[in-house]
Parts: sequence; structure tokens; C-alpha cells
Amino acid sequence: MTEMRMRDALREALREELIRDDRVFLLGEDIGAYGGSYSVTKGLLEEFGEARVRDTPIAESGIVGVGVGAAMAGMRPMVELMTINFSFLAFDQIVNNAAKLHYMSNGQITIPIVIRMASGGGSQLGATHSHSLEGLYAHFPGLKVVCPSSPADGKGLLKQAFRDDNPVIFIEHTANYGLKGEVPEQEDFLIEFGKASILREGRDVTLIGYSGSVHQAVRAADLLAEQEEIDAEVIDLRTLRPLDMDTVIESVKKTNRAVVVEDDWRFGGFAGEIASQIMEKAFDWLDAPVARVCSKDVPMPYNRNLEFAALPSEEDVVEAVLAML
Amino acid sequence: MTAKERRPRSKETIDQYLLSEQQLEEMYETMLLARRLNERMLALNRQGRAPFFIGGTGQEAAQVGAAMSLKRGEDYLVPYYRDLAMNLVFGMSAREAMLNLLAKKDDPHGGGRQMPSHWGVGSRKVVTGGSVVATQLLHAAGIALAAKMSSDPIVVLTCCGEGSTSKGDFHEALNFAQIHRLPVIFYVQNNGYAISESTEKEMPIAHVADRARAYNMHSASVDGMDAIAVYQTVKPAVDQARRGGGPFLIEARCYRLGAHSSDDDDSRYRPKAELEEWTQKDPITLFRRRVETDKVFPPEELDEIEERVTAEVQDAVEWATNQPDPAPEDALGFVYRE
Ligand SMILES: Cc1ncc(C[n+]2csc(CCOP(=O)(O)OP(=O)(O)O)c2C)c(N)n1
Ligand SMILES: [Mg+2]
Repeated sequence: MTEMRMRDALREALREELIRDDRVFLLGEDIGAYGGSYSVTKGLLEEFGEARVRDTPIAESGIVGVGVGAAMAGMRPMVELMTINFSFLAFDQIVNNAAKLHYMSNGQITIPIVIRMASGGGSQLGATHSHSLEGLYAHFPGLKVVCPSSPADGKGLLKQAFRDDNPVIFIEHTANYGLKGEVPEQEDFLIEFGKASILREGRDVTLIGYSGSVHQAVRAADLLAEQEEIDAEVIDLRTLRPLDMDTVIESVKKTNRAVVVEDDWRFGGFAGEIASQIMEKAFDWLDAPVARVCSKDVPMPYNRNLEFAALPSEEDVVEAVLAML
Repeated sequence: MTAKERRPRSKETIDQYLLSEQQLEEMYETMLLARRLNERMLALNRQGRAPFFIGGTGQEAAQVGAAMSLKRGEDYLVPYYRDLAMNLVFGMSAREAMLNLLAKKDDPHGGGRQMPSHWGVGSRKVVTGGSVVATQLLHAAGIALAAKMSSDPIVVLTCCGEGSTSKGDFHEALNFAQIHRLPVIFYVQNNGYAISESTEKEMPIAHVADRARAYNMHSASVDGMDAIAVYQTVKPAVDQARRGGGPFLIEARCYRLGAHSSDDDDSRYRPKAELEEWTQKDPITLFRRRVETDKVFPPEELDEIEERVTAEVQDAVEWATNQPDPAPEDALGFVYRE
């Protein structure tokens, strides 16, 4: 184990995969000398050269489309997009092409592409840089959606993404890049998709999050323990597709209460999916309706006061828990 | 500082400039004001008083020369995030620029919702957009289409950087505008970089203007460090578009003298010698030298402008800092038109 930040753990994963498999190469805007918008690819150009770490023109649809083509031809490309908002420029290539061509071709075509993108608010970057839309990609059959919350998960899941034969949407919360944690060093450290992790065990309520919202859930659990003597269990979903509902259901059967925490909008968001699956699978165990703590239904505003008001907080989680007891 | 008596400026056109003394003064003062505002904005960011800054240092001549060739109050400006100087030409004050930087409640561009430098004030015909580059070029084509459909004799000028011309939006906008012969000027400020990527990584051609050939469009490439050359190039294109001659692609070759934004460290990728070389071509220094040599203005009058600008920036910072921030509940409005 070594302590490292999320961005360094992600870089380690990329390095190891570039070394392990010469079909792996990276495409993205400013990923070369600049090292990527969030410094994830820093130093990789120097180590692996321009053929495998390619700075691209500003053309998101273009670079994802080229990545899809290269993947069809047997390569293992990773495309870095600066933010999830810019992934909408490549939406057609992702959802109409990458997600569907295996199916439409009757299994002839496989598209092992990793598309990494930053998400999340709280950094005052306004309405076209700050949204959390993991659940949107999870809506599409054919895509795998991965959203780590810790450096170890970041490394293990990103390495796993390169071994997967399907398009993987790998979403990194901007607030997590600087986060430190213990990361296993061995090269075969992989984390299987579809395995949630229990970050804290508890008896009274289950708090469910992913990516950035996991940290709000953990802080809320601390507050609940300190101030209210409420013992919350915290689950990090880690991947939304595949989704590990077994872990969630088992927990809810123990605690009888659940709160889903996410940075996404409430209306039509992924929290609604979790809540309805809990209802379908554990209705008889519930002592209260499943609660959702989400962001306000507004485009992310820039000013600090406004952005704070738009985003969910740990206090909101505490409030939701108290309301269901 | 006590206000000095200002010598009245002549409105007569000076031949080699195609501009009057009055216009030349405006040109110089606006470029200088943009420069000083940008310097102060960066300083405020470094002091932790402004979370984000993106500036146009080095692009003042390209911006002022182009904006001055439009009819203010009639023509549309669909700018990009470096166009502070263009907005000053279109009527933005130093105070307003600071209000926008600090995302205050009364910022007319977005009331704190918008990121700074995403300008738009309807009454001035300046149109805001998102941060996603090149999308505004299509809006500009649409505004020009609406003008054409209502026989409104206006011109739309829209801007982006050279890096943004790689996107489909750029090509789709040019293609559409030329098919329909719309009164729109696509004004590309080629400052040599798209964040860290130099132009060779962005496009396989040397000049953005060459992209016009694919659309059978008129084009020009001008020295964007020379405000007068810019005006002399853009003005005829604007006049032609107004007369129904169709769109124009103009490339202004300039240079980003600053970092990409407050989040960027340009020493990671930019050779020092290159920056030094371009610093010698500073558009404001060049302009001053030229009007001094031609004796349009005596040096002391140019110094007076400098003093005026400095005082204006100082006042703007002090004033804007004390303006109210939006309240948390303000976050909720304007999602829909109610
Ligand atoms: C579609 C899209 N991709 C990426 C970005 C991030 N980004 C912001 S500015 C910029 C560089 C733009 O370069 P250029 O068009 O040359 O304009 P300049 O900043 O040099 O003036 C990039 C890549 C963005 N805003 N939109
Ligand atoms: Mg540029």
C-alpha cells in the first residue's frame, strides 16, 4: 500500500495499462505536455511518446468517434473528455454508436473503449462544467458506468475498465482528484464491476451514494453518530452499470430505512432508480419511504452563494434521516 | 487627480488610418482600459477575491479594431470569453466589467449565474452563451438568418479562437451561412494556442482563413496586433455583408500574451523565447508608437489617457467590491420563463 491522491492513482492505472498492453493508447485535449485538465496524464507523454499519448484538436465527437473506430479495429483506446458536459458533444458517438453497435451487428463488432470524464459541482465552474450525470449514461444499455470515490477504487476500477470488452464511461468527480488514500501496489489489483462497497456499517439507516456524494454520506453518518446517536450504514455503489443491488437490499433489510444521496438532479435521476428497486425488492422491510437528497433542479450557477444553494449537503442528508425516524 | 481640460478631437477622417482623431483616441483608450482591467482582474484572482479569470491580453487590437467597424446598438455581437475589449466598445463600463468578474447580484450579464467573461446584454445586442466553444457561431448564423428574414439591415459578428475551428459547429455554421448568404462575420482570433496545444496540433493548415475555401466564402487574414489594419479589413467586410454580399471569414493573427486562464500554468508548455518575441509586438505599444510618430497625439495626451484609465479601473474595483452578492434563494429563478 502507498498513500496517493486520486489523480495519481488514476495515472498509475493508465501507466500500468500502457505498459501491459501495447494496444492501449490515449486521446484527448491537452493530455500531452499539459498533462490533462486535472493532471491525470501528467508525465505520460514523456514516458510513452506521442504515438500513444495524443493531443487532439478540440472536437469531442471527432475524438470519441475515432476512438470507437480504433476500438472496432482491435485497439484499446482511452479518450479523456474535459468534463461530462463536453461529452454531450460526443453524445451521438457514445449512445448511438458505442453503446449499440455490438448489438446491432449481432455481436460482430466489439468496442473496448474507455471514455474518461470529470463531473461534479462545487468548484465554481458554472452551468457547462459542473453537472453530475452518471445516471444519464447508466440509462443506456450497452454502456458500463464507473464512478469511483477513492484513490484505491479509482485505480482498481480504471485498470478493470481496460480489460472490459465494452464501452466504459469512467466518471471522476472533480472534488475527488485531490483526495488521498491507501492504494495497493500490485499490478494485478483489479476491482470487479458491479460490486458495491460498504464504507461504514450501521443498524439504523442505509445511506447510498457514489462518486462525490459518498463523501457527503460519510460526513452525514458522522454527524448522525455524534449528534443524534443514529448508526448509519454507508454504501458506495462504485459502478452504476452493472449495479449491485444485492448489497443495497441486504443492508435495507437490516436497517429498514434508506436515503439515496447524489449530486444529480432529483427529477428523473438515478436515485429514483435505486428507490424503486428497493421498493420492488424490499418493500416489506421498509419503515419509511426511501428518501432522496439531490441537487436543486437548476443549471449549476456560478456565484458561490448560488452554487451552495443548488448542491446537496451533509446537513440535507441528516435532515432527511431525521425526517424518516 | 483633477480632471484636465481635454482638447476637442476632430471627427475628420485621417487618410492613412481611415479613422478620425476621435476614433483613434477611442481605439487607444479602449485597448488600454481592457489591458488594465485584465491585469487587475488577474491580481484579484491571485488575491483570492475572484475565483475564475480568463483574459484577452494581447488580443486588444484584434478586438477593438473589429468591434469598432460595427454599428453599435444595431449590429449584433456574439462574442467569446476573451472579448472584454469588444464589450467595452459596445458600451460596457469598467464598473460593469468588475461586477461581472465578481459575479455580483446586479451583474447585467447573468446576475451571478453565468461564469465571468460570458458576456451578454440584450439591450446592447450582445448575446451570451455557454462555455462550450464554437456553439455561439451557430447562434450567430441563426440571428443573421432572423435578420435576413425580417429584412433588417444588420450584421452579426461572432468570435472564437482558432482551436475552436476544429469543431463541427464551426464548419456547420460556415456551411449554413454561405448557403443562405447570411450577414454574418466569423471572426477568428488566432492567438497561437488552444490552452496548451499550439496550432500544428489543432489543424493541418497554417491559416484559419484557408478554411473558407471549403465553403466558397470570402475570407481574409489580418495582422491582429495592428488595430488599424484590423479595422481596415473588417469594416469593408461588414459593409459588404450589410449590402447583402453574404458572410465573411476573417482571421486575426494575434497572440495570447497571458496564460489560458487563472487555472493554467503556461510555463508547462510555452517556450519563454516565443513569449518574449511576441511581447515585442504588443498591440498597445505598437499603436502608441504609430500615433506618436505620425503626430496624431502628443505624448502628454496619451499619458493623460493612461491616467484616466488607471483611475477608472481603481474606481471600478472599489465600487464593485461593495456591491451585493446574489442571495441563496436567487438560485431558483429563471429555469423557465414564468
Ligand atoms: C467543446 C469544448 N471542448 C473543450 C473546451 C475547453 N476549452 C475551453 S477554452 C479551450 C481552448 C480554446 O482554444 P481557442 O479556440 O484557440 O481559443 P483561445 O482560448 O485560444 O482564445 C478549450 C479546449 C470547451 N470549452 N468546449
Ligand atoms: Mg487560440
